[in-house]
Amino acid sequence: MSLLQTGRRRTKLDHSYNDRPRQGPFRHISPAQLSLERVHEQNRLGTPKKDGTKASEQAPGKSAKGKPRLLLMGQRRSGKSSISSVVFHKMPPNETLFLESTARIQKDSMHSFMDFQVWDFPGQVDFMDPSFDLDAIFGEIGALIWVIDAQDDYLEAITRLNGTILNLQPSYPNVNIEVFIHKVDGLSDDYKLDIQRDIMQRIQDELSDHGVENAPINFHLTSIYNHSIFEAFSKVIQKLIPHLSTLENLLNDLCRACRFEKAYLFDVLSKIYIATDASPVDMPSYEICSDYIDVIVDVSEIYGWDRPKEYIKSLEGPPWNKKLEDQTACKDAESAIVLTDGKRPIMLREVNKYLALVAIMCEGSYEKMPTVIMNVEGTVKGLIEVFEITKERR
Amino acid sequence: MEAQMDNLTMQDKLASSPSDEPRKQKKKKVLLMGKSGSGKSSMRSIIFSNYIAKDTRRLGATIDVDLSHVKFLGNLTLNLWDCGGSVYLKLAGEEEMLTSTDARQDAFMENYLSQQRQHVFSNVGVLIYVFDIESRDFDRDLLTYRSIVAALSQFSPTANVYILIHKMDLVVPNLREDIYNDRVSLIRSKSDAFDPTPFATSIWDQSLYKAWAEIIHDLVPNLDQIEKHLGSLGKLIMAEEVLLFERTSFLVVSSWTSNAIITSDKDHPAQNPTYDRNERLSNIIKNFKQSTSRYTGTPKSAEQLSIFDLKMPSFSMFLIKFTTNTYLGVVLPPGEERYNAAKLNCYIARTQFEDLDSPARKSADRAASSTEIVAES
Ligand SMILES: Nc1nc2c(ncn2[C@@H]2O[C@H](COP(=O)(O)OP(=O)(O)OP(=O)(O)O)[C@@H](O)[C@H]2O)c(=O)[nH]1
Ligand SMILES: Nc1nc2c(ncn2[C@@H]2O[C@H](COP(=O)(O)OP(=O)(O)OP(=O)(O)O)[C@@H](O)[C@H]2O)c(=O)[nH]1
Ligand SMILES: [Mg+2]
Ligand SMILES: [Mg+2]
Repeated sequence: MSLLQTGRRRTKLDHSYNDRPRQGPFRHISPAQLSLERVHEQNRLGTPKKDGTKASEQAPGKSAKGKPRLLLMGQRRSGKSSISSVVFHKMPPNETLFLESTARIQKDSMHSFMDFQVWDFPGQVDFMDPSFDLDAIFGEIGALIWVIDAQDDYLEAITRLNGTILNLQPSYPNVNIEVFIHKVDGLSDDYKLDIQRDIMQRIQDELSDHGVENAPINFHLTSIYNHSIFEAFSKVIQKLIPHLSTLENLLNDLCRACRFEKAYLFDVLSKIYIATDASPVDMPSYEICSDYIDVIVDVSEIYGWDRPKEYIKSLEGPPWNKKLEDQTACKDAESAIVLTDGKRPIMLREVNKYLALVAIMCEGSYEKMPTVIMNVEGTVKGLIEVFEITKERR
Repeated sequence: MEAQMDNLTMQDKLASSPSDEPRKQKKKKVLLMGKSGSGKSSMRSIIFSNYIAKDTRRLGATIDVDLSHVKFLGNLTLNLWDCGGSVYLKLAGEEEMLTSTDARQDAFMENYLSQQRQHVFSNVGVLIYVFDIESRDFDRDLLTYRSIVAALSQFSPTANVYILIHKMDLVVPNLREDIYNDRVSLIRSKSDAFDPTPFATSIWDQSLYKAWAEIIHDLVPNLDQIEKHLGSLGKLIMAEEVLLFERTSFLVVSSWTSNAIITSDKDHPAQNPTYDRNERLSNIIKNFKQSTSRYTGTPKSAEQLSIFDLKMPSFSMFLIKFTTNTYLGVVLPPGEERYNAAKLNCYIARTQFEDLDSPARKSADRAASSTEIVAES
C-alpha cells in the first residue's frame, strides 16, 4: 500500500500521551517510519570488533549490486548524519543536536522508485590510507557528496576534498562530486554567495595546479532547517535516474497542455523531486508542493482505516449497485486545493506506490478540472511506462 | 485575526466603568490564569493568532492583563483575559507575592487591587486555569489556585472551570498518565463547589486543540441547533463524518459521525480508530496555513483555504469555506457521484447555516428576537 493512501504506519493505536510530542510542522510526525532498511544495524551487530575505517570489510553483499550509492563525506560535525537523518529518516532538524559522532560507516538502503543506498561516513576516515579498498566504496558510486560546514573554518575541508578528488581521478574520473556548502541558515544571501565563490575558486585552483581540469563538481547551498537540503538532494538524485529527459519531457508537455506553472514528480517518502518541467524551480512552489504531500499523508493516516466488509457491501448495494472501485473515477489518490487568492490552485495525483505528481496550476484551472484530469491521466500513464522500461532493463 | 484582537491593558479597561458590559451581545468573559511561565500566552497565540509552537519561545511575560476580543460563530465574542501570572496572584489576595521590583507596577497594583478583584472575577463565563507540570512547587500552585477559586465563587459562582495540566511533553511518556491523574484529583479536591473539567495539554501536539475545542464547544450559544442541522446534512449526503471548523482557529466546534458503519466482525471496528482525529485535523490544517501564507504572500491571519478536495480509494474528503465564521469538512465513502452530489448539497445548505452562524445577517426584526432568545439560554 502506498504512503499516500494509508499515511505513515503507526505501530500502535495512538493514545494521547503515548506518542512522542510533535515537533513543529507535521512532516516530522513519525520519524523513521520509512521503508528504509537499517543495514548498518546489521553491520554493527555482525561485526562488533571491526574498525569503521576498514571499509573494505564492510563491502556490500550481492544485494547491493547495481544500486547507486550516495556517499556522504566531509569533516567531523559538518552535518553528514544530520542530513541523512533529516532527509531519509524524517528526523526533526532540531533533534540533530543530539546526534553522536559517527564511528562507522552507516549504510541505509532506500527502496523507492529506484533502489539506492546512502552511506554516511565518519568524519575522520582517511582515504589516502593505502590499505583502503577504494573499489569497494567507489565501485558502485552514484555521487560523492562532500559536506562543508559554512559556519566553520573550511580550509581543511577543502584540502581534504581536493586530496580525495585527486586520489579518485585516475581510477574514477566520472564520479559526480557534489559539494554541499552546508549550515547556511542564518547567513546573509551575500555572504553565502561570497563563500560559494571562494570555495569554488580554491578547489579549481588547486585541482588545475595538479593538472585536473573540468572535474565534474557541483555546488549547493544547503541547510537542514529549510527545504534547501531536499532541493539539493533532488538535483543529486536526478542525475542517477535513467530516462530523466523522457520524464522531463512528459512534464513539459503536461505543463504546456494545461498551462501549469510548474510540475514536480515527487518521491513521497523522502519528498525529493525526481523530475520537474523546464521552467525554473522556485523555492516557494517546491515548498508548498512538499507540504501539501504531508497534508495528504497525514489526513490519510486519520481516515484511511479499514472499513468493515459489511459496510462496504452496503455501499455497493442500492441505489449504486456497483463495486466501490467502479464508483470512483480514479483508482489512485487524487487531490486539488484552491487557496483564497484563487490564483494558483495546486493538484496532486498519485503515480505509483512511491511517486506523486504535484503541479501548480493557473488561475481558472480548478473550474476546468475534468480536462486537467484527462491530461494528467495521460501523463501518468507515460510516466509509469518509463519506469516499467527502466525495471525491465535491470 | 490580529485585526480583531485589540489588546487593551488593564488601565485602558479600568478607565471605562466596569458596569458597561453590554448585556445584549453574547460576550463571554474567559479568564486564562496560572502561574507565570505556565504557558497561557503560548496557547492563546497558537489557537487564536496563528503562532506555531516554536514561535512561543519569543513571548515575554505578560504584564497585567492582555485582553482580546475573539469573534466566533453564533455572534459569540470571547472576551479573553490572559492574566499575567506575576500579577493576578495579588488579585487573589496573596499579598506575600508582592515582591515585584517594578515600582510602577507595584503602585499600579496598590491603587487598583480592590477594584480589580471585583472587576476581574465578576461576570466570568469560563475560568481556564493552567498548571505547569514542570512546576517545582505544586503545593504552592494549589494554594494559589484555591484563592482564585475562592474569588470566583464570590463573584461568578456559575462560571465553568477548566484545568489544563500543561507542558505534558516534558514528562516521560510512561509516567504521564499517573502524574496527570494524581494532579487532577488533588486539584479537584481544592475546587470548592466547582466541578472542573481537566485536560492534559502540550503546545507540541494536538492535545491543545482538543482542550480548546471542548471549551469553545461549551460556549457557542446556539450549538444545539447547529448540531442538529449538521446531523441532518450528514445523513442527507450519506457522509461518514461531518466537521464544522471555526474559521481562524480551525477548532472543531461541532462534528457528526455516521452510525451507518455497521459490523458484526470483531476484528474490524465500526469506528475510526483514530479517536483524536478532530484535533489532529485542526493541527494539520493550522500548520499547512503557515505554508500557504508563505506561498500566497498573504499574512497568516488572512484566510488561506478555499477548497480542498481529496479522493482516495478508501475514502474521499472535502473541506470548503462554509459560512462567515466556519469551514465545513466532509468525509465520504469513495465514489464520484456521491462526492459531487454531497458537495453540491453542502453549498446549498450554506445559507441555512449562515443564519445560525451570524443571526444578525437576517432581517432586522428577526435578528433582534433571535439574538435575545439565544442570549437568554
Ligand atoms: N545550523 C545548522 N546546524 C546543522 C545543520 N546540519 C547539521 N547541523 C548541526 O551540526 C552538528 C553536527 O552534525 P552531525 O550530523 O553529527 O555531523 P557529522 O558530519 O555526521 O559528524 P561526524 O559523524 O562526527 O563526522 C549537529 O549539532 C547538527 O545539529 C544545518 O543545516 N544548520
Ligand atoms: N515544553 C513546553 N513548553 C511550553 C509549553 N507551553 C508553553 N511553553 C513555553 O513556556 C514558556 C512560557 O510561556 P508563556 O506562554 O509566556 O507563559 P505565560 O503563562 O503566558 O506567562 P506569564 O505571561 O508570565 O503569566 C515559553 O517559553 C513557551 O515556549 C508546552 O506545552 N511545552
Ligand atoms: Mg555523523
Ligand atoms: Mg503570558
